[in-house]
Amino acid sequence: MTTVNVLILVCLGYVVFLFAVAFAADRMAAAGRGKWLRSPLIYTLSLSIYCTAWTFYGAVGNAARSGLEFVTIYLGPTLVMVSWWWGLRKLVRVGRSQRVTSIADLLSSRYGKSNTLAVCVTILAVLGGTPYIALQLQSITLSFSIFAEADPSGLYREGSSVFWVAAGLAVFAILFGTRNLDVNERHHGVVTAIAVEAIVKLFALIAVGVFVVWGIAGGIGPMMERIDASEIGQWHVDAGRWTTFIFLSAAAFICLPRMFQVMVVENDDESHLRTAAWAFPLYLLLMSLFVVPIAVVGLDLLPEGANPDLFVLTVPLSQGNDWLAMLSFIGGFSSATSMVIVTAMALSTMVSNHVVMPIWLNTQEGTGSVSGDVRNIVLMARRVSIAVVMALGFFYYRLSGGGAALASIGLIAFAGISQILPALVGGLFWRGATRTGALVGLTVGFVLWIYTLLLPGMSGASMPESVLQNGLFGISWLRPQALFGIEGIDPMVHSVMWSLLLNTIAFCVASLLSFPSPLERLQGAQFVNVFDHSVAPRGWSGSVAQSEDLMIMTQRILGTGPAQEFFQAEAEKQGGRSHLPEPTPAFLGRLERELSGSVGTATAHAMIGQIVGGSSVSVEDLLAVADESAQLLEYSSQLEVKSSELSRTARQLREANAKLTQVSAQKDNFLSQVSHELRTPMTSIRAFSEIMRDTEGLSRDEQTRYATIIHDEALRLTRLLDDLLDLSVLENGQVNLNLGDDSLRSVLDRAVSSALAGAGRKISVRRARAAERIVLHTDLDRLGQVFINLISNAQKYCDADEPVLTISAYDVGGRVIIDFIDNGSGIPPGARSMVFEKFARVGGDKAGGAGLGLAICREIMQRLGGEISYLPGQGGAAFRVSLPLAHRQAAQ
Amino acid sequence: MSRKVLLIEDEPNIAEAIRFLLSREGWQVEIHGDGSDALEVIQGAQPDLVILDVMLPGKNGMDILRDLREMEELASLPVLMLTARGQSRDREMAENAGVSRFMTKPFSNAEVLTAVRDLHAQATQM
Repeated sequence: MTTVNVLILVCLGYVVFLFAVAFAADRMAAAGRGKWLRSPLIYTLSLSIYCTAWTFYGAVGNAARSGLEFVTIYLGPTLVMVSWWWGLRKLVRVGRSQRVTSIADLLSSRYGKSNTLAVCVTILAVLGGTPYIALQLQSITLSFSIFAEADPSGLYREGSSVFWVAAGLAVFAILFGTRNLDVNERHHGVVTAIAVEAIVKLFALIAVGVFVVWGIAGGIGPMMERIDASEIGQWHVDAGRWTTFIFLSAAAFICLPRMFQVMVVENDDESHLRTAAWAFPLYLLLMSLFVVPIAVVGLDLLPEGANPDLFVLTVPLSQGNDWLAMLSFIGGFSSATSMVIVTAMALSTMVSNHVVMPIWLNTQEGTGSVSGDVRNIVLMARRVSIAVVMALGFFYYRLSGGGAALASIGLIAFAGISQILPALVGGLFWRGATRTGALVGLTVGFVLWIYTLLLPGMSGASMPESVLQNGLFGISWLRPQALFGIEGIDPMVHSVMWSLLLNTIAFCVASLLSFPSPLERLQGAQFVNVFDHSVAPRGWSGSVAQSEDLMIMTQRILGTGPAQEFFQAEAEKQGGRSHLPEPTPAFLGRLERELSGSVGTATAHAMIGQIVGGSSVSVEDLLAVADESAQLLEYSSQLEVKSSELSRTARQLREANAKLTQVSAQKDNFLSQVSHELRTPMTSIRAFSEIMRDTEGLSRDEQTRYATIIHDEALRLTRLLDDLLDLSVLENGQVNLNLGDDSLRSVLDRAVSSALAGAGRKISVRRARAAERIVLHTDLDRLGQVFINLISNAQKYCDADEPVLTISAYDVGGRVIIDFIDNGSGIPPGARSMVFEKFARVGGDKAGGAGLGLAICREIMQRLGGEISYLPGQGGAAFRVSLPLAHRQAAQ
Repeated sequence: MSRKVLLIEDEPNIAEAIRFLLSREGWQVEIHGDGSDALEVIQGAQPDLVILDVMLPGKNGMDILRDLREMEELASLPVLMLTARGQSRDREMAENAGVSRFMTKPFSNAEVLTAVRDLHAQATQM
């Protein structure tokens, strides 16, 4: 008979062995060696923490009590692994790309980084996890007690030993779970130790199974006969319970914090899921293979009343096979310890990240910036959290007294943790899921779970009998195990059905009714479309490919030459054999700085993150990218404005240039015409003066005639110069108007007498003097100049036999209009538009003017605020002068 | 033999000055003041020499000269062109159009007389 003391020694030795394994694995990982540490096999074995002591011992017990129903606990995860591995892959991808540390963190991150939600999930996980830890402690205690019964002299004392077991596990979890604060939260030591434990427990269970089948029953044939003879062999499939249990175990497999820890957080490579998809169900199959034989043989061999949960131990013991019993004990111990360690780690991460740290940061708010000690604070928080979680488990065990059947505690915990499922699956696949929906659904499910399963299931005073019988407040349809009056269902099925159904409905309805915040929407898109956004994170083997991708990207941004130079320099700096540098953090940092010079910091960070995959594109990154893009947009719109300004300027310049060219041509033309007009009289003057000088014997008449010509031409010159100066002054706007008041009649009187004073053709002027009694306020001399010009033009150019000029005046709409119409042939239509241009003499007549008169008239009328125009269709030449009557203001 | 000069000039005072000068030299001077029918007048008058103004009513002196040079019987008629537009461009245009002599106003009487004598001498030598 194995003494308890030996057993304790073996246990201690086993724990030391586990310590050594974990330590070695951590060392290897830190040194960058040990590729096998990240093999799919290790990953698959680590998933076996699903099989706790509850499965190790409890499955046999369950089989002994309820027949084949225990299979459901294995079928759930198997179904998930085989048929839903793509969903798991999405979960793993999201977890990796968002650097998720726990399932609470995942939900919080998905629903707009809501800490409220994280706290809820944490509370739920701790509430569900504590009894589960207690369960493991109980299993260890029970298994010890089996040996202690046979050896009362040993060191074993129930109370103290549980305490020491709990403390020891806490130390293990603290040592290897919080050794360092890795960014990706991976713990190679713990995972490797768990894998070893997975092998140990499988080996132990199979060894017991083999012993039972071949050692006791005498081979497969007799064993099958025994099973057939036993009640266990009968299929009693309760559809409701089976469905519920399969569903529950499947949900728990995804939602349990410890499963999330090993499946998502500790995952090194997504592709490991492919292996696990067939290897883990195989593991479960092997684990369940001998459950029925052990149960059947145990029921046969052991006395009535023996605890079937301990058949795995008691069957070998009853046969005197101490070593096998010892092995079996170690297997159960392994199951319990691995579960407790990982659960403690997972829960402590949640508690420290979502409860302790926010509180601590709040208290630090007043004391300035958070210093670099945060790291130590986080580690401290984790360690304390582990201790607290273990203590909770310990106290739960002590308080509950360890009475309930192991399996029922496990199932209750499963049902509790499954409440996360709607929010989790909804968050992964439904963009419309909101934080409010998740919170409402979770609360509804949680409350219902407590009310219908947790409280009624606990013995004693946790719930008054009256409530159980008559419902809350005496309302019968609120009875915890018969909600809405639906009776006769298994309490477990009842609770799971109602809690999850109402949870899901509440989640969906509240999601539809509430509005997600922008951050939630962004995160929702990141989660639901995670495969569109992220590159599959690679393990170590992918590093060269990463460098190549980085190289390609860098070439696109910096250009081929500079990119190659940069990478070569980096590779040399690393002293590597490859022409590509390893993607070390230092190299990535330098690359990011290099790239950010070209594309901006946020974009560079996001781009490298996309390729390296380890760092996710955070919301801040995205916002920063959006910010940069916005700046670029604004810059480009500014450029657009500038370029349109430039093109406008260019157009204005072109127009100005065309105008200048035109002006220059006009000026050339003008000068040429001025030259002509000046040279013509000068020619006559010179010619005749030379004649008078050089010609002897000119007659008196000739002398007089030639002198007159010279005189007239000199006058013509003077007039021309006067006109030119006048025009120049008028055009430059330098004219000073000499305003005065007089009647139109007297202005016309003076103009007519002045125009007709000189020698010239006779023209009779007809006027309606009565209409001319209009008082004008204007520059009277300038207006007179216009009138004189028009009258002398008529005098000069009217080709009628008896020239008549009719001057008529009107007062129309605040303007005075004076028409000058003669009875000649008028101006030919083609020339009418030209008459007001300079030097635009119509016809060939030499009646004296240089052709500036009407141009001057037009300028004067403009200065006076009026206008002059040619009136077509009046028979003869007809000009209309109009100017405003109330010209007082405009003239000033 | 009487020498005939046709003066196409719209400024009466200039025309009178030239008539005075040339008639004293023994020229028979005919004056026409319009550009539009100048070619017909030249054809009808059959002068030994034409003095042509540029700025003429009806038809520009340059155009008259060009057309004149395209008429067989007038192609070699000596043409003295007088213009008050004193730009070098006008001289080029006139020479391209086939002018015999080009002078800008105001001219000295002696220059005009010399030019007329030279042109006539050249024409009679040929």
